[in-house]
Amino acid sequence: MTNQPLSSGNPRVDVEYRRKKSAEEMRYQVISFTLMIFLTLVAFASVALKGFTAWFTVPFILLLAAVQVVFQLFYFMHMSHKGHEAPTLFLFSGLFVGLTAILAFSTIIWW
Amino acid sequence: MHAEEKMTYETWPAEPEKSTLEAKNKFLGFWLFLGGETVLFATLFATYLALKDKVPNTSQPLAKDLFELPLTFVATMLLLTSSITSVYAMYHMKNFAFKKMMLWLGLTVLLGLGFLGLEVYEFSHYVHEGHKFTSSAFGSAFYSLVGFHGGHVAFGLCWILTLMIRNSKRGLSLYNAPKFYVASLYWHFIDVVWVFIFTVVYLMGMVG
Repeated sequence: MTNQPLSSGNPRVDVEYRRKKSAEEMRYQVISFTLMIFLTLVAFASVALKGFTAWFTVPFILLLAAVQVVFQLFYFMHMSHKGHEAPTLFLFSGLFVGLTAILAFSTIIWW
Repeated sequence: MHAEEKMTYETWPAEPEKSTLEAKNKFLGFWLFLGGETVLFATLFATYLALKDKVPNTSQPLAKDLFELPLTFVATMLLLTSSITSVYAMYHMKNFAFKKMMLWLGLTVLLGLGFLGLEVYEFSHYVHEGHKFTSSAFGSAFYSLVGFHGGHVAFGLCWILTLMIRNSKRGLSLYNAPKFYVASLYWHFIDVVWVFIFTVVYLMGMVG
């Protein structure tokens, strides 16, 4: 609980402080939501405008998806906050196993 | 702090989702579950990528014949918006504003229902075009992956609705706040999976 402010002894003051802090955090959430919508629009547009080759579009939209998921995980799911060491370990372990499976399945199947 | 303690606006802790032992355990256990879910969906993605467009004969539709941008786009917008509404719900939970939290959760459920309705329509449309679960390896892999996600959406809707009904007259407490928090984590995770589904299945499917 090191990231919490020292108690002023007056609960009303502490509440006001916290309220302001969470309102500020909510603003960041809205900003990350706006960015997520923007990234989605770019991804759909790059497919809808048929001017690009698949060699460009596929890595590009995968990158956009990865960025968007980082927003989702670190802001919406609060992984950027303190006390998320274990969740980070769990999620990245899962990701490691999962990506290995994807790598294996996309390289051993050739027919 | 005890879960049964009657809370007020002043005594409500900064992190109600982690302020009791039960809440801490729930938080940790749920993230472990999400790690497992990551493996589940990643292996389904692996299967889909390996079996994409693997159909027995040329009369069967391929990914590029099936998918349509507008439908996927609307579904994506519905689910993305339901993610921010559940962020708003948790914002009000942290401010001990029970009614506002319920309102935003209700919006989340409505958006989720809209998404699910679109998916049901989409699947029935594909079946009419000859793309079925048993018609090809492509069909099996597609419906397993996207259907599993849809099943998660349906489960999440039932979960949030149950929490809302069960606690509608109780107000917020340290007993139910972690439950709401964990349900919202689940909902965000569903969105994370969808971001990869619309990218890998639909957009990459249309690119070819």
